[in-house]
Amino acid sequence: MTVTTALPSFDEAIATYEPVMGMEVHVELGTATKMFCGCSTEFGGEPNSQVCPVCLGLPGSLPVVNRTAVESAIRIGLALNCSIAEWCRFARKNYFYPDMPKNFQTSQYDEPIAFDGWLDVTADGETYRIEIERAHMEEDTGKSLHVGGATGRIHGASHSLLDYNRSGIPLIEIVTKPIYVPREVAPAVAKAYVTELRELIRALGVSEARMELGQLRCDANVSLRLPGDPLGTRTETKNVNSLRSVERAVTHEIRRQAAVLSSGGTIIQETRHWHEDTGETTAGRVKEEAEDYRYFPEPDLVPMAPSREWVDGLRGTLPEPPAARRARLQADWGFTDLEMRDVVNAGAVALVAATVDAGASAGGAKKWWLGEVARVANERGVALEDAGISAADVARVEELIAAGSLNDKLARQVVEGVLAGEGTPDEVVAARGLVLVNDDAALGAAVDDAIAAQPDVAEKIRGGNLGAVGALIGAIMKTTKGQADAKRARELILERLQS
Amino acid sequence: MNSLTRARASELAAAVRDGEVSAVEVTQAHLDRIAAVDGTAEAGVHAFLHLDADGALAAAAAVDEKRAAGEELGLLAGVPLALKDVIVTSDMPTTVGSKLLEGWQPPYDATITRRLREAGIVILGKTNLDEFAMGSSTENSAYGVTRNPWDLTRIPGGSGGGSAAALAAFEAPLAIGTDTGGSIRQPAAVTGTVGVKPTYGGVSRYGLVACASSLDQAGPCARTVLDAALLHTVIAGHDPLDSTSIDQPVPDVVAAARRGAEGDLSGLRVGVVKELGGEGYQAGVEARFNDAVALLSKLGAEVVEVSCPHFKYGLPAYYLILPSEVSSNLARFDAMRYGLRVGDDGSRSAEEVMSLTRGQGFGAEAKRRIMLGTYALSSGYYDAYYGQAQKVRTLIARDFEAAFAQVDVLVSPTTPTTAFPIGEKVDDPLAMYMNDLCTIPSNLAGNASASFPAGLADEDGLPVGLHVMAPVMADDRLYLVGAAVEAAYAAQWGGTLLEQAPALEGIAP
Repeated sequence: MTVTTALPSFDEAIATYEPVMGMEVHVELGTATKMFCGCSTEFGGEPNSQVCPVCLGLPGSLPVVNRTAVESAIRIGLALNCSIAEWCRFARKNYFYPDMPKNFQTSQYDEPIAFDGWLDVTADGETYRIEIERAHMEEDTGKSLHVGGATGRIHGASHSLLDYNRSGIPLIEIVTKPIYVPREVAPAVAKAYVTELRELIRALGVSEARMELGQLRCDANVSLRLPGDPLGTRTETKNVNSLRSVERAVTHEIRRQAAVLSSGGTIIQETRHWHEDTGETTAGRVKEEAEDYRYFPEPDLVPMAPSREWVDGLRGTLPEPPAARRARLQADWGFTDLEMRDVVNAGAVALVAATVDAGASAGGAKKWWLGEVARVANERGVALEDAGISAADVARVEELIAAGSLNDKLARQVVEGVLAGEGTPDEVVAARGLVLVNDDAALGAAVDDAIAAQPDVAEKIRGGNLGAVGALIGAIMKTTKGQADAKRARELILERLQS
Repeated sequence: MNSLTRARASELAAAVRDGEVSAVEVTQAHLDRIAAVDGTAEAGVHAFLHLDADGALAAAAAVDEKRAAGEELGLLAGVPLALKDVIVTSDMPTTVGSKLLEGWQPPYDATITRRLREAGIVILGKTNLDEFAMGSSTENSAYGVTRNPWDLTRIPGGSGGGSAAALAAFEAPLAIGTDTGGSIRQPAAVTGTVGVKPTYGGVSRYGLVACASSLDQAGPCARTVLDAALLHTVIAGHDPLDSTSIDQPVPDVVAAARRGAEGDLSGLRVGVVKELGGEGYQAGVEARFNDAVALLSKLGAEVVEVSCPHFKYGLPAYYLILPSEVSSNLARFDAMRYGLRVGDDGSRSAEEVMSLTRGQGFGAEAKRRIMLGTYALSSGYYDAYYGQAQKVRTLIARDFEAAFAQVDVLVSPTTPTTAFPIGEKVDDPLAMYMNDLCTIPSNLAGNASASFPAGLADEDGLPVGLHVMAPVMADDRLYLVGAAVEAAYAAQWGGTLLEQAPALEGIAP
């Protein structure tokens, strides 16, 4: 039940309270096989088609560590400037849940593979260093599907179905230390952190880190305190699964907690669920006391001791750090800081880069990705890269414009067509007949018709009022359904009326 | 037919290989013997929970066909075996002695099962055990007790009482056991058979339903040392499916058994563990153990007394580590995917069904250990219990290291007493736990150890076991010593100890 009391605005909330955040991000690794068995990690298979005795936790089965997953974990750790453990172990995290086949999760506890690192992120033009506490390996759980209830929730469901295809998929959990930043930028820093982390993960090639597919999941811990006080009680908001939601969820939680505290209430330590549609969080499990997971070292696995040679070798495979890459690209593209920030905030750096690589100008690439494509993606609630147009498509549209085959207006129609699934830019041009009319014969007839239809306007032009030309061009565009080359039409009008 | 069931595994395999008898005939003889003496939970030995006569005869026929086709047969091809019902089998149910898994048919074979099949060994069926291999008497089985063939009113040891009783009742010449705190060795001792707990990691645990993962070790059970050695070579060796499996060559246990049988132990240094004996040990057990030590001297070994001061903490440490792992390993039995499901009538939540199922499905001992372990791992208690027990474990391993710097093997009685009457200790878990006093240190340290027949106690005429402990990956030393003792006693007794066991004819209708 949601109690609808008016929340203070964000500015009001932070006028009194200082927010402290902690981010926990789970990244599903893109390994071919699962963390502890040889089953495929392919997304979207028939339920329970990618399972075996190990990931079903059948009696007698035993785990074997996926070396590629460990390698990915080490590379993530290195890219986050972490120390890599010389010796570490897996541990069992014990709790009962129907989608967890063994009723314990094989994870890492006090001996993570990577620890004590940092990541620099930029928000509102300032750079903040986010301290990383640890990055550890664990396995994913299965998925429950509740049937018969109104909303797919367990409440009111008649029965539940379990799909274990996801069970055992390797996860890396990256946990920050408490994040203390100027209060007004806190939500923006949270978003910037997840954005930067996502870009880093993608640059490493260890995961596609698609938030909408659950490949990168974010839990946001937020607490408030009065300046100088010890840390307040925190809540952990789950399901924050888009970049925009990170900022909104943190903002909401700051406002909600401020409302509770300023009315004399206390914050309950609990998990909260983020609802994208309402922009609110609701209470989940109450953590009355620290959950007792009864961790102990996983006896079915031997300790890992990554050799220094191995770690150093992996250090050599790290990609250019995203911040350095961005600085280089900004210089190459000739963007201002503001322009570059827009591209970064839209999560379009890689897309613009790919479009430029495919032959487009940087400005042109930016215009399409942040304009028409972003608009459609937003409408549909999908990521830019899933809007249905490729970097090569955008580059082709730009090429057609440069060749004079399309004007801006037609190009927009082409992009719309591609986004609507009508095919490649050339296919859309052909199917919709979107060809710029610029041959003098066809255009000349339209010009003559327009002059004949509006003799008074023509008279003004003859009298030297060039501002009236636009009215004629508008009429020409109407009769040619927008396909006229406006520049040539203007030339023809002036030829006829000024000679 | 009787001679087929009394023959050694090595002899049976040779006879099958040479065409003197078919594997089908051998198998049928054992099935007949089982029909005659195994009986039911109410009467008889009751070693088997599940018998697969058709499967066994088919496996035997396959061996005969292979031979007919001129193919080479393994060293134990055509020999029947009794498999402890804690090892999964894709063609037979696996219950682990629990109601929770009644009727569960695993979709896969354990690595051990696969290796047995590949060797042409004929799996007769699955043997009884304490529920989830927790107990020292097989009385904790949800499917009724197994009786000791030496005296049907007494326990056959546990948890692997079914496998040991099957050997002692001549129902099978070979068996597989698993040993977490003595579950191979203590049943071997009280039934007058041979039981070996290999080095931890020596035999794959893949497909062994876990009791306590860091302690569980499967091993061979037989009536003779050479038979156990042959079976050891079939099941041992690295398995990529078990991360704790040791990637090293298997010690040459067969050669050691053959060398030992020559009866010369000169040059061997034997340590008698001072802390494993004295008060609490039955007089007849001590007497037979002292005889065995004297025999080792006579065979040329140099015998010294060795102190292992931390062994006395073994039992308490074990009863913290084992329940901790058990509490986690047994969490998966939640009625969601397989096995028993109680109360799923549409009115209850998944959590309630889990709770009801576990409440009704687990026996008292399983519940006791789940609760102990849950407590020991709880935050605030972890350091005092689980953490402290792990330190004891390290100290015991160091005791072994120090001892093995002085001697090649250590010896002790296997158990403080001979087989006790069924029902005597069921209400006294602590008395029950004392059975494993001598065997537990090797599980905690992971080294190899075994129990060999050492004669009968004077006061009750029941078998006593000689416990031999060897360093990690020195399993061959067990066989060397065991075979030497066996050969000397055979000369003294005019055969194996089991030949002195009472006949069991005509138990079952």
